[in-house]
Amino acid sequence: MDEIFDVIIVGGGAAGLTAGIYSSRARLSTLILNEGAIGGQMVLTEEIANYPGVEKTSGYLLASTMKNQARQFGCKIKSNLKIKTYDLEGEIKSLVLEDGREFRSRSVILSPGGRPRPLQIPGEEQFKGTGISYCATCDGEFFTGKEVIVVGGGNSALEEAVALTSHAAKVTVVHQFDHFQAFQHAVDQAKTNPKIEFIMESELRSFSGNGVLKEVSIEHLPTGKTTSKSIDGVFIFAGYVPNTAGLEGIITLTERKEIIVDSEMKTSLPGVFAAGDCIPKRYRQVTTAVADGTIAALSVAEFLRN
Amino acid sequence: MKMLHTELHEIETAAELEKLIAENENVMVCCGRMGPMCIPVYGVMEELQEERTDVKFAVMAFDSPEAGIIRNNDACRGFMGLPFTMYYKSGKVAHATSSIQNMQQVTAILDKQFSTSNVENA
Repeated sequence: MDEIFDVIIVGGGAAGLTAGIYSSRARLSTLILNEGAIGGQMVLTEEIANYPGVEKTSGYLLASTMKNQARQFGCKIKSNLKIKTYDLEGEIKSLVLEDGREFRSRSVILSPGGRPRPLQIPGEEQFKGTGISYCATCDGEFFTGKEVIVVGGGNSALEEAVALTSHAAKVTVVHQFDHFQAFQHAVDQAKTNPKIEFIMESELRSFSGNGVLKEVSIEHLPTGKTTSKSIDGVFIFAGYVPNTAGLEGIITLTERKEIIVDSEMKTSLPGVFAAGDCIPKRYRQVTTAVADGTIAALSVAEFLRN
Repeated sequence: MKMLHTELHEIETAAELEKLIAENENVMVCCGRMGPMCIPVYGVMEELQEERTDVKFAVMAFDSPEAGIIRNNDACRGFMGLPFTMYYKSGKVAHATSSIQNMQQVTAILDKQFSTSNVENA
C-alpha cells in the first residue's frame, strides 16, 4: 500500500478508539488496525454506569458510538486481522499483516489491550463452551442446580462467584494464594454466602470429561498433593495479560510484558506511543484508557509538528 | 421483534431459518445475546459478510422461543456456553460451536465446511 498514514493505531478498544477520534479530528490521517472485535475489553462489560456524562449504557453501545465518532472524523478502521511484523525504528514505521498487506506511517500508537489469562492446562480449549466459561452472566443459567468452580481471587472472580450462586447449587472458589486480591467488600460478600466454599493455595492442573466437562484435578501448592474433583462447570477469572507478544525485543517492556511509557505516553522508540491496558498501571477502567488514548494522540500531534 | 443490535440480518422465526437454509447452500447463524461472548462473534461475521459472498450470515436471539430450533438441535447437545453458532451446508447442519470464537477459528470452519471440495457434507 502506497499511502503513508500520519499515525497507525494498533488496537480498537477504548484507548485506541479515543486516540483515533483525537488524531483524526486533528486532521491527521489515521488508521486503526485491530486484531479482535472493535471495543476490546469494553464490550465485555454488560452495563457501564460510571462513565461520566452517561448515566447508564452497555460496553457494546459505548464502543459503537466511539467507533462511529472516529469514522465521522475520517479515521479508517480495519479489524479482525493479525499483525505479523512490526518495523518501528525508522522515521517511517511499517506493519505487515499475516495476509501480506503492509501499512506504513510516521508514528504509531500501541493500544493492543489485554485478554483474559488462560490457564493453559490440558483440556481447556477442548471443554470451552461445554463446561468451561469465562462469563458468568452469559453462561450461569446453564449450570442451574449444578456444582461449579470459579478460578481466581480478584474482584471479577469473587463478584462472579456470588452472581453464580443464583443459579448453581454450590460454588467453589479455587485460588493460588492464601489471601484474595479483591476489594474487602467483595471478599466479605463471598465469604458470607453459604453456597460458596474456598480452596486456597491451589491451582487447577487439568480438565477431563466425555464430550462435556466432568472432572478437574487440583494441586495444593504447599504440599504438591493433587486431587480429583467431579464438577459440572468451571468459570475462569485469572486476570489479564497484555497483548504484547509480537512486540518483545522491539520495544521496552516490563517483566509483566507491559509497554513502558512516560507521562506523555512515549515508549522507548521515537514516534511510538502506547496507551490503555497494555501499559503499567494500577487501575484499568474505560475512563483511564480514554485518558491514555487522548494523551497519546495529542503527543503524536506534537511529535509530528516537530 | 428484533432483539440483537448488529449489522447482520436477524432471523426472527424458525420458519425463516428453515427457508434461509433451504434456499442457500452455505449459511452461518450465530444464536446469542448482546453479551460479551457473543458480540465478538457478531463482529467477526460482520467483517466476513463483506468478503465471503458465498456464505449467508445471520443472527438469531437466543431468548426467542423461535430459537428453540437451534437450542434443541442435536448438534448443540452438551453446549453450555453462548453463543451457539451453526453452520449449515445444503440444508443440513455441517458444524456447530459453543462459546466465543475468533476470526481464525471461524474462518477455519468456513474453509473446511463450505469448501467446494468438501465431499463429506456435499
